[in-house]
Amino acid sequence: MSAPFRDQAIHALQDEQLRENFRGAMDFLQGKRKAVFSDTIELENLRQQGHQIKAEALANLPELLEQLDSQCSKNGIQVHWAETPEQACEIIHGIIEQNNGKLAVKGKSMVSEEIGLNHYLEARGIECLESDMGEYIVQLAQETPSHIIMPAIHKSKSQIATLFNATIPDTPYTENVDELIGTGRRILREKFQKADIGISGVNFAVAETGTLCLVENEGNGRMCTTVPPVHIAITGIEKVIPRLSDLPPLLSLLTRSATGQLITTYFNLISSPRKPDEKDGPEAVHLVLLDNGRSRMYQHPELRETLRCIRCGACMNHCPVYTRIGGHAYGTVYPGPIGQVVMPQINGLDQQGEMTEGCSLNGACGEVCPVEIPLPDLIRKLREERVQPQPAESPVNGAGSHRTRVEATAWRFWRWVYQHPELYRIVTWWATRLGSMLPNRLGPWTRTRVKPVIARQSLHEIMRERSNQPD
Amino acid sequence: MNALSDTPPEFEQTKTQKPDRVYFFGTCLIDLFYPDAGLSAIQLIEREGVNVIFPQAQSCCGQPPYNSGYREEAIQVAKVQMDALHESIPVVVPSGSCAGMMKFHYPELFKNHLRAKQAQAFSERIIEWSAFLHRVLQIKLEDLGQPTRVALHTSCSARREMGVTEDGLALLRQLQQVDLAEPERASECCGFGGTFSVKQPEIAASMAADKCNAIKQTGAEMLVSGDCGCLMNLEGTLKKSAEYSSAHTIDSTHLAQFIWQRVSK
Ligand code: SF4
Repeated sequence: MSAPFRDQAIHALQDEQLRENFRGAMDFLQGKRKAVFSDTIELENLRQQGHQIKAEALANLPELLEQLDSQCSKNGIQVHWAETPEQACEIIHGIIEQNNGKLAVKGKSMVSEEIGLNHYLEARGIECLESDMGEYIVQLAQETPSHIIMPAIHKSKSQIATLFNATIPDTPYTENVDELIGTGRRILREKFQKADIGISGVNFAVAETGTLCLVENEGNGRMCTTVPPVHIAITGIEKVIPRLSDLPPLLSLLTRSATGQLITTYFNLISSPRKPDEKDGPEAVHLVLLDNGRSRMYQHPELRETLRCIRCGACMNHCPVYTRIGGHAYGTVYPGPIGQVVMPQINGLDQQGEMTEGCSLNGACGEVCPVEIPLPDLIRKLREERVQPQPAESPVNGAGSHRTRVEATAWRFWRWVYQHPELYRIVTWWATRLGSMLPNRLGPWTRTRVKPVIARQSLHEIMRERSNQPD
Repeated sequence: MNALSDTPPEFEQTKTQKPDRVYFFGTCLIDLFYPDAGLSAIQLIEREGVNVIFPQAQSCCGQPPYNSGYREEAIQVAKVQMDALHESIPVVVPSGSCAGMMKFHYPELFKNHLRAKQAQAFSERIIEWSAFLHRVLQIKLEDLGQPTRVALHTSCSARREMGVTEDGLALLRQLQQVDLAEPERASECCGFGGTFSVKQPEIAASMAADKCNAIKQTGAEMLVSGDCGCLMNLEGTLKKSAEYSSAHTIDSTHLAQFIWQRVSK
């Protein structure tokens, strides 16, 4: 069986610069998060609250989505439903065509990455420019984001300086961050003025009021949602929350978990297109609600918890594997722990099940998740789904696809030995007698470690000799 | 689970009473690779006047197949342990990860099972060895050893599930001649992760290498851990790197064995 994840990880591990960039960035983000959550009791209360709000939202997901749809429509926001990435792209393309759009500016949106929107539109002659600075850098470099919050975190200052110098005309090489950002801004400003379409994601969609909420730091997102005459927002269906009053705790959890900020510079609440007496804002607002496998996740009693995610990225910031290999090694839109849980469910365990092995189950991700998603348990669950013998019984796409007779037999043999004390006694007796005859090389384990030494007597044996305890 | 600190979760009051007898669950790694650690752990309990019962029918907590997705295999082996350790007395486990498995994952494993109740009751009797010594026995240690500098590594389950990092540190602090070192990023995983180190050896190796470097940088002469999986991983990596360099090597041992040697000379 091919192992793209492992191959990519090995490749990434060899890139010293990349490892250094990630280590530094993750240490920084971990430190920042720790500093803003210094009160552990407050944190625990807030996490429980976040968990509850999202759990409640999920429990009533179908009703809330309907409420969101009708409230938005009442407010003048046009709602569209998309089952697949293709449908979502078609819907967005359709809206752009209706408005004779040529140039779209886009705020940060992982869902737009999920549906491959940029490529889709480009292939149809529509320019789609990323306006988030990180996304802009990644787009210039013709790469994909390596982190869901900080798309260009894999790049060092000098790499960005080189990139700008090589791709933006009349840009001298400089590592001065202000100058680099200045360059990006200058270009984006021109585009904001010309753009006829603004595209954005959604952080929270409030069902009660039909409000779309957007969290950002640079102000580019707000430019995308106010300057062009048409605004298209796209979001996964799990982003719906019941009430406006649910926002403060969730927002606080999101910004603190993601970047260690108490609040962000911008928090946009969009509840309608421009009204007659208003000075700015788009003439039309569209909301595209994407399913793409989410209803399927919803059917699984445990994996459903995946949908609580508020996409803060804290799990990747604290993941020792992500820290070492970076986001691109996963080869998926969402990397890190949440990616390992989401992607195999979206694209199927047969396609992306291997990435569930890229986890030591150390629990750091689950410990920091602001909505208490038990990520390690979900990863373990997916491993189970992957090798389960009766795939027909599971709602998970690609269940049972990685079951091999060799592995299943090995575990059955293991069980047989560990289940029968007499057999176990014989096997360990021989192991302790013959252990020293093991070769010094035991596959990859001994490439970087010496061979573990089997003792001459097992603890069972020592204890048996030591006393005449009953079995 | 406690998010940002290493403070152990509140321990149930009932457990703090000193029992007459306890079960000792040896773990499969101790059984085959570190039996002396197991024996040391037992002797330290016995010294406090507690009778230790080691049922011969025990084998492995079942974590390896459980984490690999082979639930049925884990269930069958878990049953054997519950039967072998059936009397309602505490089960002392010299490993955070096996203790975590039995305490937190057995109830999950048996949740739709006829034995659900039994698994729940069983899980409540599980206590990790260093927590047992520190919290229940409230052991007093007298250090008879030479001055030395030591770093403690706690497994992720010991730290996050069992919340016993402080117990291990507290025991070491009682040893007057032991100078405790704190490695950088002490809470980060060493890369063992059971089958993870076999299935993703390269990533695991890079994690172990970083961990070992951080330990070396503390100037510690000795690495101790209450978990044999991590110990095997880090010990193997330290020894391998010593093969290539003549720089000072770091010995490593299980926390129980280290303490036993310091107090029983
Ligand atoms: S799983 Fe939790 S920590 Fe990870 S991105 Fe989602 S909300 Fe954040």
